[in-house]
Amino acid sequence: MTDPIAPPRRKDPLKRTRQPTLPPAERSRKAHGLIRPAAEGRFMLPRCGECGTFHYPPREACPACLSFNVKLADAPAGGILASETTIRVPSEVYFRERAPWRAGIVTLDCGPAVIAHLHADCTLGARVTLSLQLDRSGQAVAFAHPATRTPNMADDRQWRELTADPKFRRVLVTDARGPVGLAAVKALKAAGAGTVFAGVPEQWKPFAGEAELRTLEGVSIVPLDVRDDRSVRDLAADIGAKVDILVNTAAHIRPGGVLDRDGLNVVREELETGYLGLARLAQAFGPVMRARGADGVNSAAAWVNILSVYALANLPAYGAWSASQAACLSLGQSLRASFRPGGLKVVNVFTGPLDIEWFQTEPPPKVAPAALARAVVDALQRGLEDVFVGDVAQDIHARFIADPKALERELAG
Amino acid sequence: MPTCDLSGFAEAIASGEIDVVDLTFTLSPDFPVIVMPPEIGQSAPVRIEEISRYDAAGPAWYWNNLSFGEHTGTHFDAPVHWYTGRDLPNNSVDTLPTRHMIAPAIVIDCTREAVADADFLLTVPFLERWETAYGRIPVGAWVLMRTDWSKKDWRAYSNLGDDGAHTPGPDAAAMQWLVIERDILGFGTETIGTDAGQGGHLDPPYPAHHFLHGNGKYGLQCLTNLDRLPVRGSVLVAAPLKVQRGSGSPLRVLALVPKEVA
Ligand SMILES: [Zn+2]
Repeated sequence: MTDPIAPPRRKDPLKRTRQPTLPPAERSRKAHGLIRPAAEGRFMLPRCGECGTFHYPPREACPACLSFNVKLADAPAGGILASETTIRVPSEVYFRERAPWRAGIVTLDCGPAVIAHLHADCTLGARVTLSLQLDRSGQAVAFAHPATRTPNMADDRQWRELTADPKFRRVLVTDARGPVGLAAVKALKAAGAGTVFAGVPEQWKPFAGEAELRTLEGVSIVPLDVRDDRSVRDLAADIGAKVDILVNTAAHIRPGGVLDRDGLNVVREELETGYLGLARLAQAFGPVMRARGADGVNSAAAWVNILSVYALANLPAYGAWSASQAACLSLGQSLRASFRPGGLKVVNVFTGPLDIEWFQTEPPPKVAPAALARAVVDALQRGLEDVFVGDVAQDIHARFIADPKALERELAG
Repeated sequence: MPTCDLSGFAEAIASGEIDVVDLTFTLSPDFPVIVMPPEIGQSAPVRIEEISRYDAAGPAWYWNNLSFGEHTGTHFDAPVHWYTGRDLPNNSVDTLPTRHMIAPAIVIDCTREAVADADFLLTVPFLERWETAYGRIPVGAWVLMRTDWSKKDWRAYSNLGDDGAHTPGPDAAAMQWLVIERDILGFGTETIGTDAGQGGHLDPPYPAHHFLHGNGKYGLQCLTNLDRLPVRGSVLVAAPLKVQRGSGSPLRVLALVPKEVA
């Protein structure tokens, strides 16, 4: 069993903050195919289209029949831990700092033998479950978990390196004025987060969830208006070094394309809150978060963007807003590269229409704010980077992967 | 020989014989702005974005980009702001007669009433009682409604309920009377609007805007320090920015107050 991690002590101001280091990032281009399933939390392996054989690591041709007809396919994740080793003095700085490090070979029920990082509760010869994870270099690695749950399983040291578990981490939810922000605050507290900073713009305006927000234990309401440079910088000056996870819930959602509107004010407001808000937050909070990527149990770990799935393909009924979401998605990709030296994850949580007032006239199914919040927590706990919440988001994503041009036409109605 | 002693005036200012009272809130991003239903157009709030501060973006200098709606902070309403004033001559801030930028002011103290009732409405009988005590409201004067509202924190200042804002203002008859019977220059308040927070439910809706601007008069709102003005005898300097066809603008409002009446 795993010893539960203890709440981190306050930092010793005389000690230098450990600088983030990264595991080796070199992989073959073939191996990059495993990044998407790892980002989405799917266990996929290359599979031969002719003979059905799974193989690993990814190769150009099927090792069984030499066919080039090889595609990634969902694979059964069960297997046996066939060998294990504890590396006490690794040559890589990243692993040396974290030594001893356990790794092993798992023989999968579906055939291949896979080198995997090991959960401490995996024992030689026992059944294990593999998952693909993104490591701090953003590369896909295999991780073996015990096949059945063990106590404090999520607190495993090697597992926590691959996740951004909110347990004991301090989280900034950038806009808790709306239902999504409030749900996120509650879900993160329930997941064991340390202080949750709940940003509230324009505190002189009352809002529906205010009384509830004020009663939540361990929640600190802070002034934050992502549309205002000074507000964002002032808050970062106060709490920037204490934000381990940032969840950006600020959004300005309005229906219509640009032809449905008089002038650009609403377009500007969407960009001001969405795109420029994200950019302001990144400039104010990003550098110190990146520098704190290896800062102990509550190191900075993740940046979460809540995006519309229509960032992938425009929904003309919300045409201008979809465009602003596409801008946020692109900036999110840029942030992934920017945060990489710190080993932080940028988590994009894509959702279909939410069950909130601005999607009142949209038909169901709609995503409840609480379901979206649960998906955020799940992504952090499992170390995911791309999450599609609800039927609409999953459907749009699948159709986007299959044929973006057909999807564009279909969304135009 | 000039009939006015401007150098004497300047000396009185320099010596403090005439006090210069600032009736202006600091223009800042967190100052409350008028709230409209979210599906219609909104005023942009005040934004101050740094261009450089003795840094790589400008090594020896500090400066900002500013943006704001015309009706943010302590601000001036021109007649063109309301539909009733849309066809008047010189109805925007860029054509405003310069002599209207300096004018006498009287102060109607409604502090007690506003404490008792956030929805307090200033009425004609109230104004008549004021005249009985202090004399007739002069033609061409600013009429300032003092409520001490400017001393509240921002939440109490905007005082938003689920049925809208609750802040004091004039009723329709009082506004019509001031404009027609007394021919004032304009009406000023400490609250976010010249109208009461619930002024949309009066007849006509928003009577201060309706009657002031329909008759070529002006509005001043978000004033502060009205408690430092005498009931009569002060002069306001209120020159809005010369915004092309502007309906209003944030401005610095100064009151000149002779020491003996302060
Ligand atoms: Zn094959």
